[in-house]
Amino acid sequence: MEQVLLEMRQIDKLFPGVRALSKVDFTLRAGEIHSLMGENGAGKSTLVKVLTGVYPRDGGTIRLNGHEIAPRTPKEAQEYGISTVYQEVNLCANLSVAENIYIGREPKKHGFIDWKTMNERAVTLLKRLHITIDVTKTLDHYSVAIQQMIAIARAVDVSARILILDEPTSSLDEQETQRLFAIVRELKAQGMGIIFISHFLEQVYALCDRVTVLRNGELIGSYEVAHLSRLELIAKMIGKNLSAVQEMDQTEEKSQPSADVFLAAKDIGCTGSLVDVDLAIHKSEVVGLAGLLGSGRTETAELLFGIHSITKGEIDINGKKLNISDPMTAMRKKIAFCPEDRKVSGIIGDLSVRDNIILAMQAKDGMLKHIPYARQAEIADEFIRLLQIKVSDREQLVKNLSGGNQQKVIIARWLATQPELLILDEPTRGIDVGTKSEIQKMAVQLAKQRGMAVVFISSEMDEMTRTCTKLVVMKDRRKVAELMDDEVNSENVMKAIAGGEKE
Amino acid sequence: MNWKRITSSSLFLPLLALFALLLFNVIFVDGFLSIQMTEDGRLYGRLIDILNRSSSLIVLSLGMTFVIATSGIDISVGAVVAISAAVVCTLIGGRGDGVAEHPMALAILAAVAIGVLCGIWNGFLVARLKIQAVVATLILMTAGRGIAQLLTAGQIITVYYKPFSYISGTIPGNVLPTNIFIAAAMVLLVGFIMKKTSIGLFVQAVGINATASKYAGISVSLVLFVVYAFSGFCAGVSGLIESSLIRAADANNAGLNMEMDAILAVALGGTLLSGGKFYIGGSVIGAITIQTLTTTMYALGIASDQLPVIKAIAVVVLCLIQSKKCQALVASWKENRHGGSAGKTVEKA
Repeated sequence: MEQVLLEMRQIDKLFPGVRALSKVDFTLRAGEIHSLMGENGAGKSTLVKVLTGVYPRDGGTIRLNGHEIAPRTPKEAQEYGISTVYQEVNLCANLSVAENIYIGREPKKHGFIDWKTMNERAVTLLKRLHITIDVTKTLDHYSVAIQQMIAIARAVDVSARILILDEPTSSLDEQETQRLFAIVRELKAQGMGIIFISHFLEQVYALCDRVTVLRNGELIGSYEVAHLSRLELIAKMIGKNLSAVQEMDQTEEKSQPSADVFLAAKDIGCTGSLVDVDLAIHKSEVVGLAGLLGSGRTETAELLFGIHSITKGEIDINGKKLNISDPMTAMRKKIAFCPEDRKVSGIIGDLSVRDNIILAMQAKDGMLKHIPYARQAEIADEFIRLLQIKVSDREQLVKNLSGGNQQKVIIARWLATQPELLILDEPTRGIDVGTKSEIQKMAVQLAKQRGMAVVFISSEMDEMTRTCTKLVVMKDRRKVAELMDDEVNSENVMKAIAGGEKE
Repeated sequence: MNWKRITSSSLFLPLLALFALLLFNVIFVDGFLSIQMTEDGRLYGRLIDILNRSSSLIVLSLGMTFVIATSGIDISVGAVVAISAAVVCTLIGGRGDGVAEHPMALAILAAVAIGVLCGIWNGFLVARLKIQAVVATLILMTAGRGIAQLLTAGQIITVYYKPFSYISGTIPGNVLPTNIFIAAAMVLLVGFIMKKTSIGLFVQAVGINATASKYAGISVSLVLFVVYAFSGFCAGVSGLIESSLIRAADANNAGLNMEMDAILAVALGGTLLSGGKFYIGGSVIGAITIQTLTTTMYALGIASDQLPVIKAIAVVVLCLIQSKKCQALVASWKENRHGGSAGKTVEKA
């Protein structure tokens, strides 16, 4: 058995009115990748924040190598050898790679920064992680994946005992994720203890040795990943028994598309982001846009919604040509779009749930046609009930909701406009398993019951194959394949993506 | 029992600050509360003075509140006040025999229109050209006084036309100065707009998250445009009041530093400079507070060149009272004194 690196015992954390953590135990061994799992609000990030000194704890002990520690700030935690890489890369985009790695602890010569040594050291450090890049270029030259790895390199160099990865893969594509995993495994081999937080079950199974499950701030247990089935894990996370989960896992029967075309895109393109895409979306049809990150999925959706204008081709709606120059034009034609990045382009955090739900409707009505308060409340309550959004009341600020509920608020905002085409861009990213399956089912039901056309974009292949009757596969800003009915499976998608490579 | 609800209201702190200041006045300034009537039927007294003098700042801070709520800022309003003053005075003219060269209604309309025009210019720079608000409005802040100088040909134009003084004075037969009514009307107008339209919601949405607002179908540039144009409109009205107070257009000094007072009034009112939620009532109270402070200093016989120092100290105190961090510090200090009894209540909850 490996040696115990970190022991957290009986950790308590109170927020006003809420017990965020209650007597939680957590043990991390050296040379182990340990996953923290749980639904949103289960207490994963609170536990990590207690460990890294972001929050003071209200009870319990933390031992590192047998010595009790009490970090009060992230900096102190770093000095103990605990580093965190967050979901959002928190480096400075306008500084060079080397500067980012050594910021605050630059090597000095005669009191001045020794640029040469700094750059050399940065190159050596990155080489250890098999990254060869120009370290003198500013960070924004590189993809999010590389930035993520630079953040890891920095964390590893600062301290080499415990590394916490908080949703590191949520903005990476498959290849990038694999590359990241290779690095993490290497660090494990060097004897580091790694805490890995992710919503992707597959990744947890691919990477982790052990998993600790939290629910509502309480410890459910720690398990060997190899001896725990996926369904068992989900059951523990959401606190239901196995059969209930199996039932939840059953898919809604797919929606049968009607013969009427709602939207037809002919050879549309936009300089720099999309090349010649043909797309027909029927009423009652769930169309999936598959492909890797940056393949043109989101770009296609944004063109259909008028975030950007097409520079080539034409878009017909109900058989009539239309110039979609801004979102309002698309909205008038009953197109709705739930964007990919919930925090940046979805929610208005400091506004209430009610304001967020009626926002698109009000925007459609215009500034001067004010929806009376009573009507607003009625609409908000209706959707809170319909989508089972968990809120204390409709005036709660939307930023205080969990990710899944925020996503539901955005969907409610668009359903309130009674769209005929609903575009969902990564609607299930970063939200818990229960809500995920709810949203998948909802997409299918909307198509079936209301005859809505739905465009579904997701990085998770099985989510797409479950819900869509047509898959459009994108690669390098082009459409490379269109899969219908029986052809819809992940193997064919992979083939289509790989097949384009050989040409 | 309702104490908690009262103290948590957004208007509580601004009002508390104002009342503290008024209380200070009642104690230390003789006859502060007394209001008397002159022989020709006008009311006068320090309270009336404060309202009279704060009216232009109230009007300015109305416009400023919306701009700041979109997480912008308009530092050109002081200069726009000078332009508006120059326009109205030049059009009425400085004829010694007290005859107007152009009808006063026309002059007023032109001055306000110029204000709106200035606002549209700012809106164009911010909304269309996407220039940062501080930089965009800095252009008019520096150029504005030059434009006002051009209009008045470098002279201070003194207006002898009697009705012009009624804007900031009292119309015969009325008991209160007209500008108090103007400010009240503007506040009511804004209140009406807030009640009957969705501009308030859109302004907040844009101020909190402009990208998400765009994705929700809000025309962000239109909102910004409207907001800056309205700020210009307010500055135009404010220019009328300011020039009527001194019955002259002084391109160098009309509305000098008023942009800073307006920003301060908004901040005192509880609106964050980072944008988002805004409090019109708070801004109005903030504006009155600032003017009360000035009047207090004069009443205590403090020389006008020392005024800024006293004002700064008072502002620091007022801001400290309102700062969340400070409130938390005071709360934790209280808690320690009571032996952590407050902590236990939290646990129970």
